Amino acid sequence: MKKVAYFPGCTLKTKAKELDRYARKSAEALGFYLDEIENWQCCGGVFTTSRNEIATKLSSVRALADAQKKNQTLITVCSACHNVIKQTNHAMQTDEEFALKVNNYLGAGNEYDGKTKVLHYLEYLRDEVGFEEVAKKVVKPLTGKKIAAYYGCLLLRPNSVMAMDDPENPTIIENLIKALGGEAVVYPYRNECCGGYIALEDADSAKKKSTSVVASARSHGAEIIVTACPLCKYNLEKNNPEAKVVYFTDLLAEALGVKEDGNE
Amino acid sequence: MSKEMENLKSEIIRSSGVNPKKCMRCGKCTGTCPAFDEMEYHPHQFVYMVESGDIEPLLNSKSLYKCLTCFACVDRCPRGVEPAKLVEAVRLSVIRKQGANHLKADDIPALLDDEMPQQAIVSALRKYSK
Amino acid sequence: MQRIGVFVCWCGSNIAGTVDVEKVSEALKNEPGVVFSTNYQYMCSQAGQDIIKDAIAEHKLTGIVVCSCSPRMHEATFRKTAAAAGLNSYMVEIANIREQCSWVHKDMQSGTEKAIILGKAAVAKVNLNAPLTPGESPVTKRALVIGGGIAGIQTALDIAEAGFPVDIVEKKPTIGGKMAQLDKTFPTLDCAACILTPKMVDVAQNDKIRIFSYSEVEEIGGFVGNFTVKIKKKARYVKEDVCTGCGICTEKCPQKKVPNEFNMGMDNRRAVYIPFAQAVPKVATIDPNYCTMLKTGKCGVCAKVCTAGAIDYTQKDEIIEEKYGAIVAATGFNPISMDKFDEFAYNQSKDVITSLEFERLTNAAGPTAGKLLRPSDGKHPHTIVFVQCVGSRCDACAEKGKEYCSKICCMYTAKHAMLTRDKYPDTDVYVFYIDVRTPGKAFDEFYRRAVEEYGVHYIKGMVGKVSPEGDKLMVRASDLLANKQLNIAADLVVLAAAIEPDKSARPLATMLTASMDTNDFFTEAHPKLRPVESPTAGVFLSGTCQGPKDIPETVSQASAAAAKVIGLLAKDKLMGNPCVAQSNELMCNGCSSCERVCPYGAITYADKEFRMPDRTVAIRRVAMVNEAVCQGCGACTVACPSGAMDLKGFATSQIIAEVDAICK
Repeated sequence: MKKVAYFPGCTLKTKAKELDRYARKSAEALGFYLDEIENWQCCGGVFTTSRNEIATKLSSVRALADAQKKNQTLITVCSACHNVIKQTNHAMQTDEEFALKVNNYLGAGNEYDGKTKVLHYLEYLRDEVGFEEVAKKVVKPLTGKKIAAYYGCLLLRPNSVMAMDDPENPTIIENLIKALGGEAVVYPYRNECCGGYIALEDADSAKKKSTSVVASARSHGAEIIVTACPLCKYNLEKNNPEAKVVYFTDLLAEALGVKEDGNE
Repeated sequence: MSKEMENLKSEIIRSSGVNPKKCMRCGKCTGTCPAFDEMEYHPHQFVYMVESGDIEPLLNSKSLYKCLTCFACVDRCPRGVEPAKLVEAVRLSVIRKQGANHLKADDIPALLDDEMPQQAIVSALRKYSK
Repeated sequence: MQRIGVFVCWCGSNIAGTVDVEKVSEALKNEPGVVFSTNYQYMCSQAGQDIIKDAIAEHKLTGIVVCSCSPRMHEATFRKTAAAAGLNSYMVEIANIREQCSWVHKDMQSGTEKAIILGKAAVAKVNLNAPLTPGESPVTKRALVIGGGIAGIQTALDIAEAGFPVDIVEKKPTIGGKMAQLDKTFPTLDCAACILTPKMVDVAQNDKIRIFSYSEVEEIGGFVGNFTVKIKKKARYVKEDVCTGCGICTEKCPQKKVPNEFNMGMDNRRAVYIPFAQAVPKVATIDPNYCTMLKTGKCGVCAKVCTAGAIDYTQKDEIIEEKYGAIVAATGFNPISMDKFDEFAYNQSKDVITSLEFERLTNAAGPTAGKLLRPSDGKHPHTIVFVQCVGSRCDACAEKGKEYCSKICCMYTAKHAMLTRDKYPDTDVYVFYIDVRTPGKAFDEFYRRAVEEYGVHYIKGMVGKVSPEGDKLMVRASDLLANKQLNIAADLVVLAAAIEPDKSARPLATMLTASMDTNDFFTEAHPKLRPVESPTAGVFLSGTCQGPKDIPETVSQASAAAAKVIGLLAKDKLMGNPCVAQSNELMCNGCSSCERVCPYGAITYADKEFRMPDRTVAIRRVAMVNEAVCQGCGACTVACPSGAMDLKGFATSQIIAEVDAICK
């Protein structure tokens, strides 16, 4: 089975265990193995854009360097980890001064040259596995389910770095939903912010953002909202208790028939 | 512009990598900003005020902590100005000072609920504290 | 040994400000061959030229060096001066001490040093110059206009008016171009069709003009005065000379589901079609991508209903070869794709349209017969938002959009807004703008009327996002003057998409060896003083292929291009460029390297007899240059492995002498 380096991130070990577990199970069902890198550290949740912020980006660089040593593509599932690691990788590739300082920290023999390929789990499904292949492995299609993809900000922006999809009219999650036999609901707020970390200190602000997202999805007929980000899920659920928000890996595992029943 | 502001301006420009002179004042950043209502100074004002050295009001504004870093302004700006990076650089210039953390570790327990993911806490700390 | 005169120009303070001109003329005095050296405030002035003429006579000069601006600017001037004083024009060399020296250096010392070095190089070259005489070539008195929009139409009519035959090549089935799609024209609000179609008819009826519609230029050879062009007449499966344009086939064709490009895909046409009622030529065309007969061999309805017997399913593409003296590019523009701007939801809602689509929606011959109805549900829109500068004025580094201002959008948007309010007073019309640019005759007055008389809401700010919600389009935008974020529930959103050159322009430029800028607009020979000529001799520019333009500007430039063409075609003979390649037959080994690299097809081979040292005669294959075709690009001289090719006026020995002088 093909191995890929895997950076789960702290939330996937605590509040979002099902995001992690179903990602692993689905991967195995699809013929690849998420090989968790050793000694990974929290990515920090957000990428600090300042060029002179070094220390906060070191954990991401270490993860990138680990994947490079294994000569593997680095996969993340959480949108936030993905955003931070991809942006850090980009900075290592394009900002010489930054890269030099980072490598000074890492010390001789541990330098990282920016060559690791970073993919989101979704990208891996689309580009390496192929949604057609995914569709072939579906045993319990999500027939009749109206599912709205919620991208939020972190998966798509900044597009010049993330380069995952059209940032204004993305299709990657919709195509996955279709591959799983569901009906994809397209709505304009799928790439608008849920409020993110502002939930901690300005719950009203987060509420405003997440209620507009859910309202938009619903007005277009969505029954289920699917996301890749624990914080998006939290904000959407917290502020819209009636909304059904699930991780994409949840739906994936369900359709592939690897989601155990009952105690989850 | 005072010498102090001039230094601050060049530090902000250097660390953000943003060139505010590229702005053509179309206001698309502000037109697209999801945190508009919470902000006192809006993205286009950050760009203009940094460029003209009128940075003092920004340093004391709650707007610094209302930006969601959602990058909508960065992606949609027709001139590639990247206002969010400027907001971040101004915020860092404040919270990097001794005792100027916007969010203190001691405050956090009171803000939590059972479902809140770790991600929210670490992100907020990254954004609001040093 | 040459007797060389050196003339150093101050160009006012342009050169003298950074270059010590006195020192330069002093230093060059001692160069080999130099017998006279001086400096003067403006060498290009009459007085300056007189200094040169007098010196030629007094010092019996055999060559001159002018240290001045770029040769692109005044080489021709000084060559004429020399000729007037009886010196061969090609004994003149220019040392560019302005653009390459004073303008790029800041301090006097380095500027002066470099000026002296450039002067020495020019002197070294003149020492090896030989008088050259340009050859003559005849002029084919026929012009080719590529593109049949208003630009091409005007150029063709003007050339024909002067008595020269003109051919128009238009890739679409009809001439008329973008203007035929417009409803009204700013700022006078004439109906576009009413002023355009009479011109189209004039073209059709003019016996000096031939229209090759549904045709494309395939190949261009030759040079100014003597172009040979291959034109592909695409098979339209209708005999052009037999079809009466009755249109019965276009009504009976059973294939009804072809997107109608003339209406920007907002309705359908048949597989056999006439683009619009006033098309010229008014003949039907069968679209092979949709015609059932052509695709499966089963149908033939159009042939059955055609009383003239014009349908011919066996028609093939036809290549026509013709000679021309001059070629005019009039390839026009298109709005850019909105794919990269989907924050405005163009791909997510039918009710987000471009301005050109809006033109069709308000045009009596359009898909809604001129009634302003929403494409999604055919309802009358009450709140309409116009967004300016979509894809224009973008940062060069950004991956989407164009860096330039598209120039026409401010005015057509004012027109759209005004006409909407005029016809439908129950509508609310918003225009989001960054700047309103109205530098044209009666333009600003027009825009003010839209605001003051018609009550159009002009808001300074840009739209950030358009969200289709229910049957509304939620427009989130900023009002910069009020420092507010607006949320407008609109029924229709109209995007002023940037315009870009037609995609056919780039391959055409390659065929013409004409230069283009990074945006694929054709470059002028001089941006101010030769705006309708390409730097490639015999190639002229008409309309938006050179840069964004409105109709009055396009027509002016079209007529200007025609005037230049007429000036060329009025000549019986053209003086060639004597700086052409020549092959030293004794050194040529007949390897064909030069022939392969020659972009002009100027090199041929011949078997020649050579007398050998042992008095025998050998036949060797050697290269020969057709001096009338050679453009002097020099590609062959570097390709030649045996050093047999050289360029007159730019011989390898001359170039090396220059380099030696610089490195000394």
